[in-house]
Amino acid sequence: MQTSQEIEPKNKETQHFDVEQVRKSFPILRESVHGRDLVYLDNAATTQKPDSVIAAIDGYYQHLNSNIHRGVHALSERATEAYEEVREKIRRYLNAGSTKEVIFVRGTTEAINLVAASFGRMSVGRGDEILITGLEHHSNIVPWQMLCNQTGATLRVAPIDDAGEVIVSKFEELLSSRTKLVALAYVSNALGTVNPVKSLIRTAHQHGIPVLVDGAQAVPHFQVDVRDLDCDFFAFSAHKMYGPTGIGVLYGKQGLLEAMPPYQGGGDMIRSVTFEKTLFNDLPHKFEAGTPNIADTIGFGAAIDYLNSFDWSLVTGYEHDLLVYATEVVGAIPGLRIVGTAREKAGVLSFVMDDVHPHDIGTILDQEGIAVRTGHHCAQPVMLRFGIPATVRASFGLYNTRQEIDKLVRGISKVKEVFH
Amino acid sequence: MSELRSLYQEIILDHNKKPRNFGKLDGATRTLEGYNPLCGDHYTIYLKVENGIIADIAFEGAGCAISKASASVMTTLVKGKTPEEAQELFGAFHRLVTGELKDVSFESLGKLAAFAGVSEFPARVKCASLAWHTMKNALEAKTEAVSTE
Repeated sequence: MQTSQEIEPKNKETQHFDVEQVRKSFPILRESVHGRDLVYLDNAATTQKPDSVIAAIDGYYQHLNSNIHRGVHALSERATEAYEEVREKIRRYLNAGSTKEVIFVRGTTEAINLVAASFGRMSVGRGDEILITGLEHHSNIVPWQMLCNQTGATLRVAPIDDAGEVIVSKFEELLSSRTKLVALAYVSNALGTVNPVKSLIRTAHQHGIPVLVDGAQAVPHFQVDVRDLDCDFFAFSAHKMYGPTGIGVLYGKQGLLEAMPPYQGGGDMIRSVTFEKTLFNDLPHKFEAGTPNIADTIGFGAAIDYLNSFDWSLVTGYEHDLLVYATEVVGAIPGLRIVGTAREKAGVLSFVMDDVHPHDIGTILDQEGIAVRTGHHCAQPVMLRFGIPATVRASFGLYNTRQEIDKLVRGISKVKEVFH
Repeated sequence: MSELRSLYQEIILDHNKKPRNFGKLDGATRTLEGYNPLCGDHYTIYLKVENGIIADIAFEGAGCAISKASASVMTTLVKGKTPEEAQELFGAFHRLVTGELKDVSFESLGKLAAFAGVSEFPARVKCASLAWHTMKNALEAKTEAVSTE
């Protein structure tokens, strides 16, 4: 198995971001599509995986595979240790206070559903309110709607302006004694807007309201310190930060998690079971019923190691330059309009074109080997807000280059050729 | 470009730009919505069936070029036909876009042949089929909106 020591530091010594070196770590970037070099600009949907992540998953099945927290045999002990080591890596990565606050889940969606089901059962009732924003992904809307339907609570939505920024004054107006939870995205998946979460959390806390942050689109682009943010819950997925699918994390403040009832019942989450009564296990295991996704957790650990090998100010700077460049050259194309022009953005360029539907643009770009997402991006209310059915979304990762953005621009000129 | 040209034929681009029978239809005897939740294509099909004939048909809504051109061409083809003939056309169209009609001479298909290229783009079959499915269900007097998912 690879450990962080075995991974070469990629940029710490050189003090500049060597994207060509980075690209070598991602085998899929050598694929061709329709006879062209793959240009992968769908990173907000899922990122590609470096060699070390692929090797870690492979290595787990080759050398470690066994069930955790159960056996007295050597493999089970080693697998348990490897699994719990990843929890500690993630604790450090988020600067959480304790590994008790790091709950493994399938991904962001499950993390939010866990809070809706468990915190919801504990704290939300008829007449209460949940506050979200107008730029949420469906996974940060639907669980709250379901909770409201079950409890008689009401879902409130802080609107966004024409740039795609949350209107802070409206957000503040919607906070009241009825508000039991605020749930908001750190970064919008459809528009790329970076919400001022730290100050929004502070405002919510002044009213005594806990805050859940959907961090799925934030973790690939900048480092997150949950104690600095002071968020009460933070949800994210490994697969959007160069790790495997099917594994993610719910961070929660210990006091809240301890007070909350279990989400699912089963093995591993119990201390003792009789037919009359079950005593639940301590955190974090209370929320991890059943055999977890061990292999992908190990892969997740390798992704964290990979990200830790970078100087983050270089990554963030490189990605910022890339987005600024893309905004400039794509935005200059006549008949094309960028959707989402917030002052602070990360990783996402959404656009529409006169007279050509995003779906047609997506097909034509695909023929050029360029992978973008087209559609409503699981954020239909955002599309409704802008009065459009869909957008084309190019989203960037740390292996994308200016040359790839130039190819995107040429691809868009093909769209114009076809639709003359 | 050749694959793209086979998808985006002139006739498709033309019907996308200038859709025929586009708008509401007064006196429609059947009205049904169809949508593709993944890409947001959304159309309403209006049919006027009189004396066993599709006396008139129209559509309105929005979507990609393939879905709009397909709806437009469909209206020109089924107008004046019996519901049975329209069902046959639906069958031919469905086999064409799913690649089951490879050996048939395209001349016999008339304007439908423009959609043969769709079969090379599996992700776009739903776009091409949306209006046709909606028309079929409307003919069968179904009232629930058609969804391609």
